[in-house]
Amino acid sequence: MNEFVYLYRRPGPPVTPQQKQDAMEKYQTWFKDLEARGHLLQYGQPLDPKAGRVVRDKGGSISDGPYAETKDIVVGFSIVKAENLDEAVALAKTCPIFDQGGMVEVRPVLKM
Amino acid sequence: MKPDGALFRREAARLLATLTRAFGVENLALAEDVVQETLAVAFEAWIYQGVPEHYSALLTTAAKNRALDAFRRERTARRFAPELRRFIESEWTLRSGLDALFLPDALKDDELRMMFSCCHPRLHEDVQVALVLHMLCALGVDEIASAFLVSPAAIEKRLSRGKRTLAQSKRLFDLTAEDFAPRLTAVHRALYLLFSEGYHGASSEAVIRVDLCREALRLVRLLVGHDSSATPATHALAALMCLHGARLPGRADEAGQLRPLVEQDRSRWDTTLLTEGFFHLDRSAEGELLTEYHVEAGIAAQHASAGSVKGTSWGEIVRLYDVLMKIRPSPVVALNRAMAIAEFEGPERGLAAIAMIDGVQRLAGYPFHPAAVAELELRRGRPLVAKKYFELAKDLARNEGERRFLEQRVKECGRTSSS
Repeated sequence: MNEFVYLYRRPGPPVTPQQKQDAMEKYQTWFKDLEARGHLLQYGQPLDPKAGRVVRDKGGSISDGPYAETKDIVVGFSIVKAENLDEAVALAKTCPIFDQGGMVEVRPVLKM
Repeated sequence: MKPDGALFRREAARLLATLTRAFGVENLALAEDVVQETLAVAFEAWIYQGVPEHYSALLTTAAKNRALDAFRRERTARRFAPELRRFIESEWTLRSGLDALFLPDALKDDELRMMFSCCHPRLHEDVQVALVLHMLCALGVDEIASAFLVSPAAIEKRLSRGKRTLAQSKRLFDLTAEDFAPRLTAVHRALYLLFSEGYHGASSEAVIRVDLCREALRLVRLLVGHDSSATPATHALAALMCLHGARLPGRADEAGQLRPLVEQDRSRWDTTLLTEGFFHLDRSAEGELLTEYHVEAGIAAQHASAGSVKGTSWGEIVRLYDVLMKIRPSPVVALNRAMAIAEFEGPERGLAAIAMIDGVQRLAGYPFHPAAVAELELRRGRPLVAKKYFELAKDLARNEGERRFLEQRVKECGRTSSS
């Protein structure tokens, strides 16, 4: 098994409380399923979509947020286990983030 | 809907009521922003962690901290609620002032005060109901629009009119105010309309309709839980909702198809709600005043306590409809009365009563008017006439459920007439 990081990107959360509720339940079902099948190494953490700095050099060049568009902002990450990149991608395809106009970046953890 | 499937909505409504009190009604939009931000952060975190056990307390603390930030940021730019102004004057007292506002005892009445505020006499009933759904049930514009089969733009308009009126009030409605009684009447009416929309309404989605009934029931329970609003009329309204609500599971079959009362599976009725309903019915009898809710609850009780359609005391139901026609006459009530007469004295008498309905033109476009005639014609053995009326009714159907139901009835007439 190899390890992969999922980087989640999407615009803001769903608007109404009920939409939030429905979306959250979908995420929980998705995570539980990954976990039950032995693919989830770490649920991961949310990242504050509204704040962040990019430190560009040691001279102190700093910019607000790394991305021009809100849909490009990384809002969280998880770590999963899969045989290979193909399987990790296939698992990512079932993520509920696509219902909200988001995307998942799948990056293999580099091992020697 | 799952048991905690409305957690975000419940919490949004609760926080909004309290923050509106904390900020003052004129800062309603600011309160809405704080609620929105608080829930957004909770959403981001709970995706990974799941909902924590003490979510309600956590949300309260988070909202309080955001409110504190908002006060610091806006205290020179805005006018805040009078009771807060003295706290805002110094940073030192700000947090303790805010803490006091969020104490459990203070929180208890906020939703109720918000409910009374939404039922402002200057607002049309439609606006009041939309406002209640938005502020106390935290439904979004699109969600309200689809529940009422009205365009989102129309709902948007109702809400902004409602919020403008709300924001002009100095504070949330005071539960000890002199005009408490008339305002309570308006609250009853709004909750009744909310429930009716769910129970009889035209929205095609059964889920939305059950939700509306459930929300109306939750809000009426808030009224019942407070001394000053727990009047006999409130109990009557609660009884009516419980007794009708108990029959909701039997009203549509697994496919969401409406079933006539005759064919309903009574074993699917919700017995806990029935018990609650009869409890409220008893309590409703404690006053002198007889409201339309008393009478409607009485009718619902007759249906709920009967073991079958045949075993129902139709004579008593006709009598109750007679009373209802005196208190709140309407062509729909008259139509229901005619159907009860038909059960009691035969379809011919029912048809005669339908023919005598005052203001029958107001039933134009109401599919259950021709459908009622059809049912009775069918029962007196004239399937061809019945079929014609069912077809008329089918063309008036307001949603897929009604259409399927009436189509089925048309077909059944065909079968009867050919055999």
